[in-house]
Amino acid sequence: MNIQPVLLWTDVLIFVLIACAFALTLHARQRPPLREAWRRVGQQPAAMAAATLLLCFAVVGILDSFHYRAQLPQAPGQEAGKAAVYSTEVLSALDTLLEPLRRDTEKTYSEPFARTLFQRETIELAEGGQARVYPPLEHGARHLGAEDSVAADVVARLAVALIPALLFTVGVGMVLALGVARGRRCTLPEAACFILRGQTALAWRAVLVVTGGVAVLVAWAVELAPLYHVLGTDKVGQDILYLSLKSIRTGLVIGTLTTLVMMPFAVAFGIAAGYLGGWVDDVIQYLYTVLNSIPSVLLIAAAVLMMQVVIDIHPQWFETAAQRADARLLALCVILGITSWTGLCRLLRGETLKLRELEYVQAARAFGVSTVTILRRHILPNVMHIVLITVVMDFSGLVLAEAVLSYVGIGVDPGTISFGTMINMARAELAREPMVWWSLAAAFVFMVTMVLAANLLADAVRDAFDPRRA
Amino acid sequence: MFAYLLRRLGYAIPILLGVNLLTFLLFFVVNSPDDMARMQLGAKYAGPEAVERWKVERGYDKPMFVNAAQSGGAQFTDTLFVTKSLSMFTFEFGRADDGRDIAQEIRARMGPSLAIALPGFLLSLVVTITLALLLVFFRATALDFWGVVLCVVMMSISSMFYIIGGQWLVAKVWRLVPVSGYAGGIDAMRFLVLPVLISVVGGLGAGTRWYRTIFLEEISRDYVRTARAKGLSELAVLFRHVLKNALIPILTGVVVVIPALFMGSLLIESFFAVPGLGSYTIEAIRAQDFAVVRAMVFIGSMLYIVGLVLTDISYTLVDPRVRLG
Repeated sequence: MNIQPVLLWTDVLIFVLIACAFALTLHARQRPPLREAWRRVGQQPAAMAAATLLLCFAVVGILDSFHYRAQLPQAPGQEAGKAAVYSTEVLSALDTLLEPLRRDTEKTYSEPFARTLFQRETIELAEGGQARVYPPLEHGARHLGAEDSVAADVVARLAVALIPALLFTVGVGMVLALGVARGRRCTLPEAACFILRGQTALAWRAVLVVTGGVAVLVAWAVELAPLYHVLGTDKVGQDILYLSLKSIRTGLVIGTLTTLVMMPFAVAFGIAAGYLGGWVDDVIQYLYTVLNSIPSVLLIAAAVLMMQVVIDIHPQWFETAAQRADARLLALCVILGITSWTGLCRLLRGETLKLRELEYVQAARAFGVSTVTILRRHILPNVMHIVLITVVMDFSGLVLAEAVLSYVGIGVDPGTISFGTMINMARAELAREPMVWWSLAAAFVFMVTMVLAANLLADAVRDAFDPRRA
Repeated sequence: MFAYLLRRLGYAIPILLGVNLLTFLLFFVVNSPDDMARMQLGAKYAGPEAVERWKVERGYDKPMFVNAAQSGGAQFTDTLFVTKSLSMFTFEFGRADDGRDIAQEIRARMGPSLAIALPGFLLSLVVTITLALLLVFFRATALDFWGVVLCVVMMSISSMFYIIGGQWLVAKVWRLVPVSGYAGGIDAMRFLVLPVLISVVGGLGAGTRWYRTIFLEEISRDYVRTARAKGLSELAVLFRHVLKNALIPILTGVVVVIPALFMGSLLIESFFAVPGLGSYTIEAIRAQDFAVVRAMVFIGSMLYIVGLVLTDISYTLVDPRVRLG
């Protein structure tokens, strides 16, 4: 099948972000103080476990960032050699992996592992007359005969899926043990013992436990998801597991790109205000006091409403619905960034005020080093820990904010799959008796896992990099 | 003190002017009134006459900053910026899209907002500070560790889940209170219990952890050691000495939000169908009623600035060394 790659704006920024992270890693490896701080992060089991989990989320998010449009099959009457026509539906690598989940939609709600729809429907009987029955699902549990029990089938498959998961975990454990054995110059079994007892310098045991847990879950999902709707289906019959996995990218984009977008401004303004003082300081302080004094939800609401009008008036800017939704997502990140840079800016200003009076900056000034060079070489590296701490601390708050904003109606495009839109759809059905609980539960579990992992990692990073806490 | 207050209020004016100008730019320059008219009317009905009528009805048919058709002072006053934006300084907010007077609506909705936000605020302050002091009392024990873990987990749960979960458990399963709604007078109690409770529980994790860090910083000071050496019990040290001395950082975070309580809580009011300012804002955002959103932005920033001044005043109340002048 021919495909046409599609590069959305957020994709580009995600790749830029990955490149930045990579460059920073290389940079940190060469600086002993940075290496030491990161080692302190790695020593904490909670942080390593959280980082492993976040890495899994990141893999899903990155897979979901390779977008393409598939070529449509040629119409029968069409002569060969004509320009290929591509579908207007923008898919991602993740969609391809989850093809059965995306394709096999039901009519409406069904419970996890259900064989029938959630609601009764009136159907015409063959011998005449009508009956109110729960119609069987079109895709869920179709491989079972009428007599087979779902529970027995599921349990059997879960047991089978444990084997590859365990093998994978043991494999990862072996790789880790090899690394530890090389570092410590001990034999492989000894290294394995160190890891299992948690006696390694970095908390590899936590990594191994989380990897094992994730591997088991993934194996179960791979085994069961094509046959059942593991987490049920939503109002229009989409698989909840698919929606949850697609939401991950939206959460990650909001959590990371927002800080990426706002950081240059916050750093430049904060340092300039602190170092230059005078009217520059006054103007920048005035700017962030004004922005700060508007309640952030209202400022976001105002900006998003205006952005919506702009997007609605210019439909010609966007070739596909996905591109429009993506532009809106990016605009949301920018708006969130504009409303949230003030905190970082103020912190940096305060820190720079302190730094500029220190001897080494004074000395540099006395030597006639230019202002730009002083800022770049002496001030910037010494405030970077504040930037890093803010970036990791902000992530979880932004993921949570997305859900709230989408509820209020000023979040992502209604067509973008996100935790916020999932909760929003589920909320409308809460009054129903019996309750449609599964989509809320799925959004809850995925979101709490992501935010909790981010919070744990952020705490560890803050403890390691904040000199006041050392 | 009086001179200080005057000066602070003087500082507030340029900031409010900035807010005013910023909202004006957002609402009138990014999109011209013509764009908004087309948006509101829908593409189908937005002929030139319809757009013009829409603008005249709402007073949007004036130029932005300079009205060349007028003479003298009116050249600058008979413009969109003055009639639509600067007029907010006199609490003239104009009319919402449904024709109601916004200022009147805000006055009517302030009560229900406060009825939920104020008890929730006070209760959560007492509860989180007490819990934080208890964690500090048991510091470096398993209780402290798991307490902090619980706080982090609670922080990681979206406030929407607290609301949905609370409504489901208390109102639907236990049937203790109505799911949503509001009534005036003494009857309001029934409706208020659950939202207040949820706002307390929702803020528990972040609040407790925040106060715990403040208290932990305070507890390593010399006066604490002296107090212990005098033979005071640990509880007396914590609640009488540490709490008092930690008031400055606490007030910094707390007093600023007091005026904002008038604005209510967007989510809770919306989920519980309380006719307060929070739900008013949400409805306006959903209906794209820009006049209301503009008014709320202005009021919100005004309350924030009032909060900053109140914070300074509160410092003088708890710390006699602080003098405003």
